[in-house]
Amino acid sequence: MTAQLLELLSHPLGQMIAALAAIMAFMAVNGMALQYAERKVAGFIQRRPGPYEVGPHGLLQPFADAGKLISKQLVAPLGADRLLFWLAPLVSVAPVVVCFLPIPFSPLLTGMNINLGLLLILAFSGLNTLALCLAGWGSNNKYSLLGAARAVSQSVAYEIPLLLSVLAVAFQVGSLDLAAIAASQTQGVLSWNVLVQPLAFIIFFISGIAETNRAPFDLPEAESELTAGFHTEYSGMCFGIFFLAEYSYMVVVCAVATALFLGGWDGPVFPGPWWFLAKTFALIFAMMWFRWTFPRVRFDQLLNVCWKWLIPLGLANLVATAAIVKWVQ
Amino acid sequence: MAQDVNSRLTGDYYTAQFGPSLSEEGDTLVLNVGPQHPATHGVLRVIVELDGEYIRRAEPVLGYIHRMHEKMGEVKTYVQYLPNMGRVDYLHALAWNWAYVGAVEKLMGIEVPARAEYIRVITCELNRINSHLLWWGAYLLDLGAFTPILYAFADREHIMDILQMVTGSRLTYCYYRFGGVSADVNDEFIRRTREFVADFKKRLPMYRALVTDNIILRGRCEDIGVLTPEMARRYGATGPVLRGSGVAYDVRRAEPYSVYDRLDFDIPTGQKGDVMDRYEVRMAELDQCLRIIEQALDALPAGAHLSPDLPERFIPPKGEVYFAVEGARGKIGVYLLSDGGPKPYRLKLRAPGFSNLSLFAELAQGTLLADAVSILGSLDLVIPEIDR
Repeated sequence: MTAQLLELLSHPLGQMIAALAAIMAFMAVNGMALQYAERKVAGFIQRRPGPYEVGPHGLLQPFADAGKLISKQLVAPLGADRLLFWLAPLVSVAPVVVCFLPIPFSPLLTGMNINLGLLLILAFSGLNTLALCLAGWGSNNKYSLLGAARAVSQSVAYEIPLLLSVLAVAFQVGSLDLAAIAASQTQGVLSWNVLVQPLAFIIFFISGIAETNRAPFDLPEAESELTAGFHTEYSGMCFGIFFLAEYSYMVVVCAVATALFLGGWDGPVFPGPWWFLAKTFALIFAMMWFRWTFPRVRFDQLLNVCWKWLIPLGLANLVATAAIVKWVQ
Repeated sequence: MAQDVNSRLTGDYYTAQFGPSLSEEGDTLVLNVGPQHPATHGVLRVIVELDGEYIRRAEPVLGYIHRMHEKMGEVKTYVQYLPNMGRVDYLHALAWNWAYVGAVEKLMGIEVPARAEYIRVITCELNRINSHLLWWGAYLLDLGAFTPILYAFADREHIMDILQMVTGSRLTYCYYRFGGVSADVNDEFIRRTREFVADFKKRLPMYRALVTDNIILRGRCEDIGVLTPEMARRYGATGPVLRGSGVAYDVRRAEPYSVYDRLDFDIPTGQKGDVMDRYEVRMAELDQCLRIIEQALDALPAGAHLSPDLPERFIPPKGEVYFAVEGARGKIGVYLLSDGGPKPYRLKLRAPGFSNLSLFAELAQGTLLADAVSILGSLDLVIPEIDR
């Protein structure tokens, strides 16, 4: 029995299914942990205790919230395009599972070793835009529609600097495999790409925040203007799934940033995966910090930052990297 | 089928009144912002016609919480109506208290003891700080910054504790009486007010460093919603909205009442009249409030807090009177017409928010939806006061 199971797991397909199942479990736990963490961080920044009533220090609050979301009725608005309306949350959460596959938590702990891992992540994370678009269109709500329109132009704009910064690192290492890129930075802190390519890191992180629709770039769901943007009409677990997808994308962006720029699993004393997770969650903490500190930018300002600053800087960085790589060769 | 559903959902009277679309191609979107919307701070409704995210025109719809305050004034006696004033503008309730009490005192020729006048100044200015702080937090909430409102509430808490000691309530105060105030202040009130003034002076630079000088906030506020002095006058705007446009009009200076002519304070004004100027004027007014409170505390005379020779029943003589005070949102005016009976024959309340809101339709034209929300926030609207 055990032997059969091991044989099944050693098959690439079996390995992938096992990895996907593990990722889904990780996502669920992670969604709850991050939701708790976000509220505690917000509480800390706003000088209040945060959730405190359910369980010790409010630790059971995420379970209470999940229970509430699951038990709520799902309501589709009158005149909604039902197919698109119900499809949107699924389209939003499905690709993010795939995005976790190539992330190298350690040399051994990787869902699937493919040498085009970076490309896979970029391709599948782009699908999130489609989900927001479907949600906005299918809801038969003007706020949702405006939110979706914002989401599309924002995502399209910010994917370019994101790609440019990722390409600079890929040029330098000569690989699109996240594990190989992380492995190239294991000679101590000085070999980390954040010091070799600081500009690319800044561009990547800003674009990543915009791609995940986090404050100060949370325009698609800007609640003071668009009530809740694209998910205005979603109730119960459909909202919960959007929420889960957003937090999972945060982890993906921060994990990719860790692998690309922060040396991946590199670190003393503790085993690699712990270092990888620590770095990832440090970046997530920074994202939360931004959210609870800054006002929201306006839409034209958001696009101006992208087109006038990030893309030219990203291009310059890419050309400089290419020139140096060529010259070194 | 879908068309029928949509027409059923949007076909109300005001949307119909909003008239035909401005665009000949019909590619504009008519959007109802409110009456239940986070940006309207209450039950205000604004119908906007959007071209993309740009506003072609906007039309505020009022009256969702019209509570007949003016009519109530005509069916209740002068004393019975007093508690209503705390509910008209719940954020600067004491200014409304003052406007009504002052009007009746003027009509009946009641003398107010000096101590009561100073107590009124101190409490009214504390209440003004409270109101400006809530505006500050709520406005930044409009801009998407979640944290400042909680800092503002921490300071508001101190003020509300102090005011609770003398007024007995925390929000809808009914503290002023014809001929004075209902309760004298004690030493603890004075000590805690001084403590608060000292503490709050240290908080203001922190607010500036954390929020006012933030590059995103500046980008969102500067050169947005520019209100010219000419336009502000045309609509009868008052308060920080008018002063932000560079007109140094403050009722406390222009038509001095109580002991304000004995106190030394500046009238902060802006230059451009944009949202940032209105913001800066309010922040500067917090400083001036502290100055006024300090001077009033130093000058607080001994004596009675309520005039000793008040009539048993308040039945003013025949006549009419207008009394105005400076509220946190602008000029609060009370017009009273008495026919010699126990109730006013006619009562008219001039709410500053009403005039300030009427600016919005013109100011919002051609701006982005996000800027319109910011402009609406910068007018510091309290909807119950507008609808009355």
